[in-house]
Amino acid sequence: MTNSVITAAAEKTPPSVARRVRGLSDRAIAWIFVAPTIFLLLAINIFPLIWTVRLSFTDYRANRLNREVEWVGLRNYERILTDDGIWMNMQATAHFLVWTIVFQVLIGFALAYLINKKFKGNALWTTIIVLPMMLSPAVVGNFWTFLYQPQIGLINYMVEFFTGIPASSFSMLGSVELAPWSIVIVDTWMWTPFVMLICLAGLRSIPDYIYEAAEIDRASKWRQFWTITVPMVLPFLMLAVLFRGIENFKMFDLVVQLTGGGPGSVTELASINLKREAFEKWRTGYSSAYAVILFVTIFGLASIYVKALNKVKAR
Amino acid sequence: MRDFLDGIVRLRRGPWEMLATVLIALGVVMLMQPLFLWAYTWSFLVTLTGTVMFLVVSHFPE
Repeated sequence: MTNSVITAAAEKTPPSVARRVRGLSDRAIAWIFVAPTIFLLLAINIFPLIWTVRLSFTDYRANRLNREVEWVGLRNYERILTDDGIWMNMQATAHFLVWTIVFQVLIGFALAYLINKKFKGNALWTTIIVLPMMLSPAVVGNFWTFLYQPQIGLINYMVEFFTGIPASSFSMLGSVELAPWSIVIVDTWMWTPFVMLICLAGLRSIPDYIYEAAEIDRASKWRQFWTITVPMVLPFLMLAVLFRGIENFKMFDLVVQLTGGGPGSVTELASINLKREAFEKWRTGYSSAYAVILFVTIFGLASIYVKALNKVKAR
Repeated sequence: MRDFLDGIVRLRRGPWEMLATVLIALGVVMLMQPLFLWAYTWSFLVTLTGTVMFLVVSHFPE
């Protein structure tokens, strides 16, 4: 079947083209196939990156194209790294990042551990649990805004039902104390299934004979958990932490839908602040420097995680 | 500790990567900590040094 297709394609190739292709080496043909991808990569990823670094040393403004661009050296970096407001945004990002990862890893691992047990309706429960991560962040943001409504929201109603605190007396998204936790809850709800799936893959990769050998050695369930399950799932867990850490460091859509960065700027994460600087205040040079700082941080974190991952795998 | 210092002197990958990792982690903590503004100010330099060091030393021999 494959041979007949190749023969047909060869017969339909014009003789002039066939002659030219026959004259090329395998290496040259390989380059012809790879070149478009490399070109796209350079045009879409590498060139904008280099251009951003260049712009970060200027006072360029994208909304004033005729204005003369001045080279300002490291001034943009100096202003960002001495700005109290941006420091607060970094702290808001840290709060969001740390707590979402802690909750998602704990709940995700616990769910995976339970789902890994053989019981009736296992597949159905897995599907139900995985549903939130299949939704669009815009949709999730919108319907959680309704759930958090002080008057008609289900969350406030539940809090009133269990604690007696009147539902309309507090606003999850409008309170300075509660809003940072509200976005943590929504992200945890949405992305815990992802961590669970990765942990589940890790749990299912552990061969049964290891547990059987431990049983023969009379190791307790607790001992089996800490000396077999946890070490063997750890590389998978680290992968999940890597993915979620990088994703949440640049979190934008969900939080914009929920709080828009408010109240005040308590939920204004670094990426939201960056977007405001770049496309509302149009300080392109300044925001390029900001983007470079975030990029280097993410790149550094990714390097650590990949190293840790390789180390755990080697063990 | 002696092995670590020996590896640093002999330009071995392991100890240098460890040093770069510590610098990156320190930089990220400095960037996001809520206590000292001076630490936030110097965080980028520390992270950048660690990241560039990591890229270079990952080509060192084992």
